[in-house]
Amino acid sequence: MMASSYSAKEEDGHHSGPAGLGAATRTRKPDNTAFKQQRLPAWQPILTAGTVLPAFFIIGLIFIPIGIGLYVTSNNINEFEIDYTGTDMSSPCFNCSQNFSWNSTTPCKCVLSFYLDQPFESNVFMYYGLSNFYQNHRRYVKSRDDSQLNGDERSLKEPSKECEPYRTNENKPIAPCGAIANSMFNDTLDLFYINPSGSKTQIPLNKKGIAWSTDKRVKFRNPGGSNPNLTAVFKDTAKPVNWHKPVYELDSEADNNGFINEDFIVWMRTAALPTFRKLYRIIQKNNNMTPTLPRGNYSLEVTYNYPVRSFEGRKRVILSTISWMGGKNPFLGIAYMTVGSICFFLGVVLLFIHHKYGNRNNSSDIAS
Amino acid sequence: MALRWLWMLVPGRGGWNPCSKSPGQALEEERHVRANDRDYNERFNYADNRIKTAKYNVFTFLPINLFEQFQRFANAYFLVLLILQLIPEISSLSWFTTIVPLVLVLAITAVKDATDDYFRHKSDQQVNTRQSQVLIKGKLQNEKWMNVRVGDIIKLENNQFVAADLLLLSSSEPYGLCYIETAELDGETNLKVRQALTVTSDLGDDVEKLADFNGEVICEPPNNKLDKFTGTLYWKDNKYPLDNEKMLLRGCVLRNTEWCFGLVIFAGLQTKLMQNCGRTKFKRTSIDKLMNTLVLWIFGFLICMGIILAIGNTIWEQKVGSSFWEYLQWKELSINAVFSGFLTFWSYIIILNTVVPISLYVSVEVLRLGHSYFINWDRRMYYSPKDTPAEARTTTLNEELGQVEFIFSDKTGTLTQNIMVFNKCSINGKTYGDVYDEFGHKVDITEKTPCVDFSFNPLMDRKFRFHDSSLVEAIKLEEPLVQEFFRLLALCHTIMPEERNEGELVYQAQSPDEGALVTAARNFGFVFRSRTPETITLYEMGQAVTYQLLAILDFNNVRKRMSVIVRNPKGQLKLYSKGADTVLFDRLDPSNEELMSTTSEHLNEFAGEGLRTLALAYKDLDEDVFDEWMKKLLFASTALENREEKLGALYEEIEQGMLLLGATAIEDKLQEGVPETIACLTLANIKIWVLTGDKLETAMNIGYSCNMLRDDMNKVFIISGHTTLEVQQELRTAKEIITGPSKDKFSSGLDMDKTELYSSDSVFEETIIAEYALIINGHSLAHALEADLEQILVDVACLCKTVICCRVTPLQKALVVELIKRHKRAVTLAIGDGANDVSMINTAHIGVGISGQEGMQAVLASDYSFAQFRYLQRLLLVHGRWSYHRMCNFLCYFFYKNFAFTLVHFWYGFLCGFSAQTVYDQWFITLFNIVYTSLPVLAMGLFDQDVNEQYSLHYPNLYRPGQLNQLFNKRKFFTCTLQGVCTSFILFFIPYGAFMSAVRDDGAHISDQQAFAVTISTSLVIVVSVQIGLDTNYWTAVNHFFIWGSLAVYFAILFAMHSDGIFTIFPNQFPFIGTARNTLNQKIVWLVILLTTVVCIMPMVAVRFIKADLYPTQTDKVRLLQQATRRQGPQEQNFRRVRRTSSRRSAYAFSHQQGYGELITSGKNMKVPTSSTSTYPLSSPTRGPAGTSSVNNSWVNDTSRDQTETYNTGFRRESDQNQEVTVEDLEAR
Repeated sequence: MMASSYSAKEEDGHHSGPAGLGAATRTRKPDNTAFKQQRLPAWQPILTAGTVLPAFFIIGLIFIPIGIGLYVTSNNINEFEIDYTGTDMSSPCFNCSQNFSWNSTTPCKCVLSFYLDQPFESNVFMYYGLSNFYQNHRRYVKSRDDSQLNGDERSLKEPSKECEPYRTNENKPIAPCGAIANSMFNDTLDLFYINPSGSKTQIPLNKKGIAWSTDKRVKFRNPGGSNPNLTAVFKDTAKPVNWHKPVYELDSEADNNGFINEDFIVWMRTAALPTFRKLYRIIQKNNNMTPTLPRGNYSLEVTYNYPVRSFEGRKRVILSTISWMGGKNPFLGIAYMTVGSICFFLGVVLLFIHHKYGNRNNSSDIAS
Repeated sequence: MALRWLWMLVPGRGGWNPCSKSPGQALEEERHVRANDRDYNERFNYADNRIKTAKYNVFTFLPINLFEQFQRFANAYFLVLLILQLIPEISSLSWFTTIVPLVLVLAITAVKDATDDYFRHKSDQQVNTRQSQVLIKGKLQNEKWMNVRVGDIIKLENNQFVAADLLLLSSSEPYGLCYIETAELDGETNLKVRQALTVTSDLGDDVEKLADFNGEVICEPPNNKLDKFTGTLYWKDNKYPLDNEKMLLRGCVLRNTEWCFGLVIFAGLQTKLMQNCGRTKFKRTSIDKLMNTLVLWIFGFLICMGIILAIGNTIWEQKVGSSFWEYLQWKELSINAVFSGFLTFWSYIIILNTVVPISLYVSVEVLRLGHSYFINWDRRMYYSPKDTPAEARTTTLNEELGQVEFIFSDKTGTLTQNIMVFNKCSINGKTYGDVYDEFGHKVDITEKTPCVDFSFNPLMDRKFRFHDSSLVEAIKLEEPLVQEFFRLLALCHTIMPEERNEGELVYQAQSPDEGALVTAARNFGFVFRSRTPETITLYEMGQAVTYQLLAILDFNNVRKRMSVIVRNPKGQLKLYSKGADTVLFDRLDPSNEELMSTTSEHLNEFAGEGLRTLALAYKDLDEDVFDEWMKKLLFASTALENREEKLGALYEEIEQGMLLLGATAIEDKLQEGVPETIACLTLANIKIWVLTGDKLETAMNIGYSCNMLRDDMNKVFIISGHTTLEVQQELRTAKEIITGPSKDKFSSGLDMDKTELYSSDSVFEETIIAEYALIINGHSLAHALEADLEQILVDVACLCKTVICCRVTPLQKALVVELIKRHKRAVTLAIGDGANDVSMINTAHIGVGISGQEGMQAVLASDYSFAQFRYLQRLLLVHGRWSYHRMCNFLCYFFYKNFAFTLVHFWYGFLCGFSAQTVYDQWFITLFNIVYTSLPVLAMGLFDQDVNEQYSLHYPNLYRPGQLNQLFNKRKFFTCTLQGVCTSFILFFIPYGAFMSAVRDDGAHISDQQAFAVTISTSLVIVVSVQIGLDTNYWTAVNHFFIWGSLAVYFAILFAMHSDGIFTIFPNQFPFIGTARNTLNQKIVWLVILLTTVVCIMPMVAVRFIKADLYPTQTDKVRLLQQATRRQGPQEQNFRRVRRTSSRRSAYAFSHQQGYGELITSGKNMKVPTSSTSTYPLSSPTRGPAGTSSVNNSWVNDTSRDQTETYNTGFRRESDQNQEVTVEDLEAR
C-alpha cells in the first residue's frame, strides 16, 4: 500500500561519486544516535524459573487470604429475600398478579408475612429485585432522552426520536419520555414489625440517598431551573402511558419530585443483567442499643401495581446489611480462593516440572 | 524483458503510469516534423516536452485520492458499515465509532499520498525546468525543457542529458560522429556512436545555416522500441533514409563530444524512454498474503457469529421478547421475529466489526515504514568511501527479509569489486609480489604492510600499491628481461590514454585486467603515455620512446591471446604477445622448456590463490619475414571470403617460436568480507547461488576464493552438456552419486513420487552430510530449464551446498529464480549491481542492488540497496530477523487484542436478548483501537529485539524460524485468537458472576450497565496492557512511556468523559456521567479487575514458561545466554575467521572484447593527435593492416551490430562482455 519509495532525480544520474567535492557537501552518513542505531537502553525481562515460580506462589499466597476474607465478610452479612410475584396459588399476591393490567386504576394490595431469625444490626437496605426483566435490551436501553432528563426545555417539548413510541401522547410530549421511564417500577412496599403482642409497627423507610449522588445532582434536573412550581413547568406535557400520576406528583417533597425523584433515578439507571436488584429504601439504624431489625415477625404490605406475569418475571424484596465490600457476594470470595489455590498449585507443579525436566543449563548447547 | 525496468528512469517511482494516457490525440500513423517551423508542427498537436508523473493537483487530490482509497477492500468495508450504522433500526453503535477510525486511517494514507505526490511534482518540476539551448528565430536561446517543441533544433554539450528524442544533425567530431552513454536507458556503460547524415553534418555549428535548415522528417509514430527507428528526411528535394543510428534518445548522455545539434522528433511523453515506462509488479510479502487470507477467515467467522446471534435473536423474540413486548414496543417490526433476527444480524455485524481491525493495515504499514527507516539509518550498513548509506527503497517487504532461503548473487561487482589488481608476477622464472620477513617466512599482506615507494616515477598512479620491493630493485638494476616484461605490458594492449593535465594520465580500458597491467607497467617506469594509429609513445624510466605500431593481432575467444608488432626506435622489429598460458605455451620456442615448467609452477601457485593469470612472450622478427608476412596480411585483409579464417591463420603463423617472458597474476578483488558473509549466511541455512555471466573458470575461481567451493568437498559436478540428452545424463549421474545407488531403483520407476517426496520434505536434503557443488554452464542451463528437466535440476541443485551458474544471460538469471520460486515455495533474494541483474532482481521476492557503482539500473529496480555485499548479512540476520520477529509478534498480539475486545459483545448477546446491546461505552469502542492500545503495540513492533544484534549475527541459526515460517502462521493465528476468545470469556463472566448480586459499599446498586461497562473495559485495558508487557522483550523508554502512558490516558479520558462538565455540554453524547467515579471508588470493582487480570494472564505465563523451560527454542537459549553475559559485563565478540584454501587450479581470464585492435589502428576513436612526442608523421608509409580507409566505417557498423544484439538480449555489461557464448569458444577449450 505504502509502496515503492520515492526517488527523485533519477533521470539525473548524478548519484555516483563520493560527495567530497564541494566544500559544503554533507555526508550521508546516518546519525550516531542510540535511537537510530537501535541501541536504546532497555530492560529485557525473560520468563525464568526465578521470576515465574515466585510470582505464582505470591499470587497464591495473596489471593487465598483475600478470598477467605471476602467469603467470611460475605457470610457475615444478613440478607433476607422474599418473592412476592404471586404466581403460586397459595401466595397472598396471587389475586393481584392475576387480575392486574397496566390500565386498571384501582390499586391491588396484598400482605406477606415473614420471620427474621437473625437480627439485622446495622443499617438495613431494602431492595426490590426483578428477574427476567431485560432492562439491558438495546431497544429498551436507548429509549430515553438524557437532555430532557437533564432539564433541557427544548427536549421537554421535543423529546428525542429515540423515545419512540413513548415520545408523544395525544400530541403532547411525554415527560419523561421513552420505554424505560414508561415501565418504571411502581409497586409500593411497606414494612411492619409485628410485635410479640401482635400489634404492627411501621418501620420508617428512608427514601432519600438511594440514588448515586452524581445522578441526583448533575444528570437529572428538573426543567425550569429552580422554579418550585413543577406543575407549571410540566404543564404542556403528558405523563407516560403507564403511569398513574404525572411526573410532578411522584413525591410531595420538592427536592424529590419530578425528574429528581430518587426512585425514578434509580429506575433509570438500567441494569446490566436481566436479573437485578435496585435499592428501594434504607432503614436507618436508630440507636446503638437495639438492632435495626430485631428478630421476629414482619409483614410486608405490597401495593401491587407492576405486572410481570406476562413475561414470566419475578418480583422480590431483599433486606440486607452491607459491609466494606458491599452486599452479600459469595462469588468473589470463592473465586479468589479458587484462583489463589490454582496459582499455588500451578506453582508447585511448575516447580516440580522445572526441577525434574527443566533445562536449567540450556545455554551451553546452542548450535552456532 | 529488457525494457521492464526502464520506467524507473522516470522521476517518481510511484507505480503511476503516465504513459497510459496519450494526450488527446487519436492514432498517429505517421509523424511529420519540419525543422524550425513551429507553426507547421503545431498543426499536428504533438506532445510537448513537459512530463507529468504526479497524480494529483490541488483540486483533484481529495476526490481522486478518496476514490482510490475506497477501492481498497478494507476501507470500502468500513464505508459500508458506516452506511449501515445510519439505519436506525440496525444501528447498534453511534456513527462516530466507525467514522473516527476511518477518517484517521484515510487521513494518514492521504497525507502519505500527498507527500509522495508533492515530491513527484517537485521532481517533475526539476526535470521540466532543466535548461537547454534551443535555436529560436535564428538564435540560440536558453529554454526550459518543457518549452522545447517538436521540430526545434537544440544544441547539446558534453555530458548533458538529451532532452528529447533527437535526430542528430551535426557534431563537433569528424564525420558527424557523436558518442553517447546509454546507461540510463539500457544499462550499458560503454559508449555508443551515433553518426549524422553527411548532408546535415556539413551544417556544423553554423547557427545561420541551422536556422535555415528546413528539412522535413516523416517517420514512424511514437513507440517504445528503443532499437528501432525508421524515417525519411526530405531536404532540398532529396530523400535521406533515417535509422536508429542517427537518433539520440532522451535519457542518454552526450560523452566525449563537445557539442552536437539535433532536431526534436519526439518530445515529452512521446519519447521512447517515457513510452517504455510501465507499471512494476507490486511485490507482496507472504505475511501479507497470509494476512489477507486470515482477514477473510475472520470475515467468515464474523458472519458465523452474526448468524448465531441472529438465530438466537429470532428464538428469543419468539419465546421471550413477544411476552416482554409491552416494554419494548417497537411497532409492528418486532412482531416478526425472523425479520428482527435479520436486523439483528446486521446490528451484530456492526458491533463485532472490530474483529477485522481497521487499524491493522495502517499499523502494519507504519511498522514497515519504521523498519525501513532503521535500515536507512544503520551506520553499519553505511559505506563511507562511497558515502552510501543503505536504503530501503521499498517499504513493504521488510519482514520477508527474515525469511529468505535462497540468495541469488551476481558475481562481478557484487561479490567482487570489479577491480583488478596487479598482484604478482613471474619474470624469467622468479616470482615477485610476496613479502617475506627477515626469517624468510611469507608475511600476510594487510593494510599495514608497507608499500613500495614509486616516487622515482613522476608519472605514477598513486592508487597503485605493490608490496614487494625486489621488483623495483630489479627494474633499477636494468635487468633486460624485467624491462622487456614491462615494456610488453605497456605496448601490448588496446587502451586509450587520456591526459587531461600534464602527468595526469587516465587510461580508458576495455577490460579491467588490461587496465591493471598497464597501470602496473606505468608505475614500474614504463609509462604508456599516448598513442596514434601508428605509434605508441612510452616513457621508459623517464625517457620518451616512441614505437611504431605495425600491427595489432587482435584478441578473440578462440585465439585467447593478443599480440602487437612494433618497431622500436633502434629499428628492431618485435612481436609482443600475451594470452592464456595453455595457448601461449604451445607456441613457445623449444629452448624455453625449462623456464616454461618453472613459470607453469608459478602459474599454478597464482591460480591457487585465486588470481587471474596471463602468460607473456615476445619474439624478435626478421625484417624480410615480416615484410613477406605483411603482404600476405594485406592481401588477406581485403579478401572477400573467409577473411577471418585467413587472418587467423596468418596470425598463427607469426606467433610461433616465441620466447617466454613470464606471467602476471591479477587479483579479481573480492569485496570486503565476502567469504565471511557467505560462510555466515550458509550457517543461517541460506543457500547462495552465484549466477554470473562470466566464464566457468573465472566463476570457479571466485567460488574457491569465496569459500563456496572447497577442496574437501566430495565432488564438484560440472554440467556443460550441449544437448538436452547430455545435460539430462549429467544431472542424473550427479543425482545418483549424491543420493547413492540404493535410491537408484526408485528413480527409474517412481520418478514422480520421489520428486514429490523431495520437494515436500526438506529433511531429506539435510540428511546428506557429504558436500557437493554444482556448476552449470549457460548453454546447459538452457536445456536444464526445459520443462522435463527442471525438476531434476532443482533436486540436484538443492542437494548441493553450492550452486554456480556461469555464462548465464540475464533472462536465464530470472528463469532460475523463477524456477526456485515455483518449486520450493521459498523466499528468494537476488542481489546484483548491474543492468544484467535487473531481471532477476525484479523476479525474486526481494531484490537487492549494490549501490555506489557506475550504473544505477540494479539499484533502481531493487527493493533494498547498499554499497557492499557484506551488508547483506546484517540486512538479513539483523534487520530481517528483527522485522520478521516484530511483525509476527505484532500480528499475534493484534488479533488477540481485537478478539478479546470484541467477543465480549458476543457473550453479552446471550444475556441481553441478542439485542446487539454493546457492553462498552461507545466512546470506548471508538478509542480502544486507535488510542488506548495502538501505541504500546506499535512501540513493540518498532523497537522489540528478542536477541541483540551481536547475538543475531553470532548465532546465524536464529534465522531458522523465519525460514520455517514458525512465528506467524495459521496455527499461531488460531492460538492467539483462541487466547483472545478465552480472554473475552473471562473478561465477561468474572464481572458477570461478581455483579449478579453486588451492591456498593453504601448500599446503592452497582450492577447497572454503565458500571458493568466501566469494569469490563478497565479490566480489558489492563489485561491487554499486561499482555503487551509480556510480549515486549525489549523495554526501551519509549515502550515504558507508551504502555504506562496508554493506561494513564485511558483513565484520564475515562474520567474526562464521565465528568460533569462534558455532560452538561453534550448530555446526549456522554450519558456515562459519574460512572467512573462511582464505580472505581469501590473496592469490589478493583477486586474484580484484579481477579480478571490474573485469570487472563497467569495461564499464558505458565504456558510460556513451560515451553521455554522444557522445549527451549534457539532464541530462548540465546536470550538466556545474553542475559547471563550482560550480567557479567560486555565481552568481546570474536568473529569467525574463514580459512581460505589453496589448491592448484589453472585459472585463466582475459576479459577482453574483440574488435578494439581494429578500432585503434583505424584511428577512428582518436581525437586529432595532440601528442608532440610523436616522432613519426601521421602519413607513415607503413600502415597497419587494418588501418586502411576502406575499413574505416566497419567499426561503426560493427558496433551498431553489437548494439542490436545487445538490445535483443537486453542486457550487457562491460565486465561481463565475454558472456556471449560462442560454440567455437567452448570447443576450443
